[in-house]
Amino acid sequence: MSGSQHPHEHGGGHAHGGGSVATFIATYVFSRDHKIIGLQFLFSTLLWFLVGGLLALGIRWQLAWPWSDMPIIGRMLFSAEGGQISPEFYTMLFTMHATVMIFFVIIPILAGAFGNFLIPLMIGADDMAFPTLNMLSYWFMWPAFLCIGLSFFAPGNGAAAGWTSYPPLSAVASSAPGSSTAQTLWLMGVTFVGVSSMMGSVNYLTTIIQMRAPGMTMFRLPLTIWGMFITAILQAFALPVLTAAGFMQLADRLLGTGFFLPEHLVVNNAVAATGGGQPLLWQHLFWFYSHPAVYIMILPAMGMVSDMISCFARKPIFGYKPMVYSISAIAGLGFIVWGHHMFVSGMNPVLGMTFMVSTMMIALPSAVKVFNWLGTLWGGQIQFTTPMLFALSFVSMFIIGGLSGIFMAATPVDIFIHDTYFIVAHFHYVLFAGTAMAVFGAIYFWFPKMFGRMMHDGWGKVHFFLTFIFLNGTFFTMHILGVVGFPRRLADPYHYETFRHLMPMNQFMTICALGMVAVQVIFAVNFIGSMFFGPVAGRNPWGANSLEWMAPSPPGHGNFDFQPVVYRGPYEYGSPESDTDYYPQTQPPLAPVPA
Amino acid sequence: MGRFWSILFLAVPVLGVGCFVCAAMSRSWPLYNHWFPRDISEHGHVIDDLFTFILLLTGLIFVATSLTLVYFLWKYDARQNAEPVKYTHGSHVLEVVWSILPAATLLFIAIYQMDAWAAAKMRRPMLPGPDGRLETEDDIARPPLAAVTGRQFEWRIAYAGADGVVGTRDDIFTVNDLHVPLGEEIVLEILSEDVLHSLFLPNVRLKQDLVPGMRQYVWFRPLETGTYDIVCAELCGWGHYKMKGRLTVLPRDQFDRWLAQKWAEQELSTYTAERGE
Repeated sequence: MSGSQHPHEHGGGHAHGGGSVATFIATYVFSRDHKIIGLQFLFSTLLWFLVGGLLALGIRWQLAWPWSDMPIIGRMLFSAEGGQISPEFYTMLFTMHATVMIFFVIIPILAGAFGNFLIPLMIGADDMAFPTLNMLSYWFMWPAFLCIGLSFFAPGNGAAAGWTSYPPLSAVASSAPGSSTAQTLWLMGVTFVGVSSMMGSVNYLTTIIQMRAPGMTMFRLPLTIWGMFITAILQAFALPVLTAAGFMQLADRLLGTGFFLPEHLVVNNAVAATGGGQPLLWQHLFWFYSHPAVYIMILPAMGMVSDMISCFARKPIFGYKPMVYSISAIAGLGFIVWGHHMFVSGMNPVLGMTFMVSTMMIALPSAVKVFNWLGTLWGGQIQFTTPMLFALSFVSMFIIGGLSGIFMAATPVDIFIHDTYFIVAHFHYVLFAGTAMAVFGAIYFWFPKMFGRMMHDGWGKVHFFLTFIFLNGTFFTMHILGVVGFPRRLADPYHYETFRHLMPMNQFMTICALGMVAVQVIFAVNFIGSMFFGPVAGRNPWGANSLEWMAPSPPGHGNFDFQPVVYRGPYEYGSPESDTDYYPQTQPPLAPVPA
Repeated sequence: MGRFWSILFLAVPVLGVGCFVCAAMSRSWPLYNHWFPRDISEHGHVIDDLFTFILLLTGLIFVATSLTLVYFLWKYDARQNAEPVKYTHGSHVLEVVWSILPAATLLFIAIYQMDAWAAAKMRRPMLPGPDGRLETEDDIARPPLAAVTGRQFEWRIAYAGADGVVGTRDDIFTVNDLHVPLGEEIVLEILSEDVLHSLFLPNVRLKQDLVPGMRQYVWFRPLETGTYDIVCAELCGWGHYKMKGRLTVLPRDQFDRWLAQKWAEQELSTYTAERGE
């Protein structure tokens, strides 16, 4: 029954014909096949991951050796400053690092790459509900790439008002070098990402609701799909607010409106705006999207981690329904916690108390998920494969990132640690040590399905080990800096006596960060090499249950070479009813089902 | 290899706790002064204590869950574990227990913090009204000692002067130099002229964003003399890093002398003008 009996099978569909350029473009460039679109998202986001990582190294360089000549590339980049990073370049670095990582890497790699590739395969559909819309959702990323790319070269050399783009700094062109054309391009870029995500989320919702294979009830969906489903709902309801806010800021910048600009604003000794607006309005609108976006950036990862842990513990997921409910609870509460970004912003402190309670409560479903992952491991037969190691590190690191959130949720403590490196530590534990590690795991896990070949397990483990060590060296120490009050976004924190002695620790972190970026070469070589030279994978190399493993590797156009019919949930590992240690969703029960 | 990976994951709680313990013993090797900066305020210890309380609580949960993870990895390694897989889909009782316990704990933490929050941001210090008693209905808000206006990239400070009101003829102006009297309740009016700034006094555990168009008040009671940093904690442009002020706490008599001296320096030009006529 299982596909591992056909190890040499190749999916034919999407490679049909060949030869003519038009066919190649229709097949691989303007493709409407969800798998090709998924891979397009994957390659684009991995390239941007490299860009974002290099921007981060610029930040780290300045914090470790401020105002010192950057070796080799310094002369090329900053000839005017004699090879040093200038303060305006530094503000651009952290703005663009965050923008690239959030809008061009994490959100599109989860929803765009894995969402596209996995949703139809895992629910047993032949493609997305709206293939053309799906193609457009990828191609609307390109205007975004273009805008942000151009922003680096526009006057001001890159937006520099922070990824949060708080007005008036972002809305008044004269307030900072990066707040002129570069900021307009930034806003347009983010808006295009929003349009792309919106197209994707409509498609995912329709596909998951309408196109499940016979027998695939909602409670037989893999948790990956639940993560994607809830994420799509979050995007569909939260994104319009960010898009509207983006247009309002564009209007403030270009049309002379004053949504976010108060009266009597004097910037650079000149009256800056007609006024009548409120800077806090932007913060409310921005975080109304961007806090749910935090969950958009982790819920699919949680789903993928659940699938990997259950598969490699060879055991059913512990508490499937509580897992589904906690994903939903995180999403629901996610809409009423945005104010915790604004405790010291000037928002009414009474509101701060309400947001503190809702924010505390969102730790509950997260805790339930951790306990259920531990429950899944309990009594299993754990296989320490590369994807499993990444999934386990997600759990281990998410415990840190989740618990450190409680400090910030507590309003009085947040007074001190707000805008310090404690916050930076927190979200890097959630987004890098959490999501990015889960994404690495997911790439190792689904690579055989994507390309029909296995990645090298040994080098995968080396990649895991070194990344794990370096990431903790880089990010754990940030907690300690935060306790001292070390502020974010300062080009030279050593200007202040309070923080002067923290330079050695920053140098240690920078060395770890350099190591962390460097070891990704192992991953890149493994990834590209395995695409062409990896051992050929069968349909189901991991002995997994869910539907995508029943299709050929890689699946041809239309995905399945048979009509999948689903008889059970995706986590029936070690079932006494099966003669193997797994029990695929499509395998008919041994005993005949009474009519 | 399962053993090796278990030990790697064991390193997370061991080194994590070790790192915090070293930092918290801030007077010893290897991490000198890698903990809270010196607290000179009356209310600061409340925030530090709440932080420590949450740190101990979350630290306990962190160690317990991390060690459970390591134990399971060690025990249920497929290479070592001969037992068959426990075929179970979960436990209703466990789910209820591990939902209610954290829920109660989190709710407790939230409610426990509220008083400190209200004291820091909601209960502005009052002066007795005409009836001469505090905590009656006719109390009046304590007027600000000075107005602090953020501006790219400096702090403009206006002292109320002799009439006790900011914004009048006898205001005394300084830049980046905030002096306050020791042991008194200090109220500051904070404003921004251009973009967002944030008044961060690390040693006073005080932080509040300055929003253009909004008039806000912050308060604290300094209990130690000395000179400390004023940090801008909200990105305000390319020169954000150098928007540095100094907070000087000194006894009342010295503060009065300093203020009188500043007034004299400021009014020199008036004197010259009169002589010139």
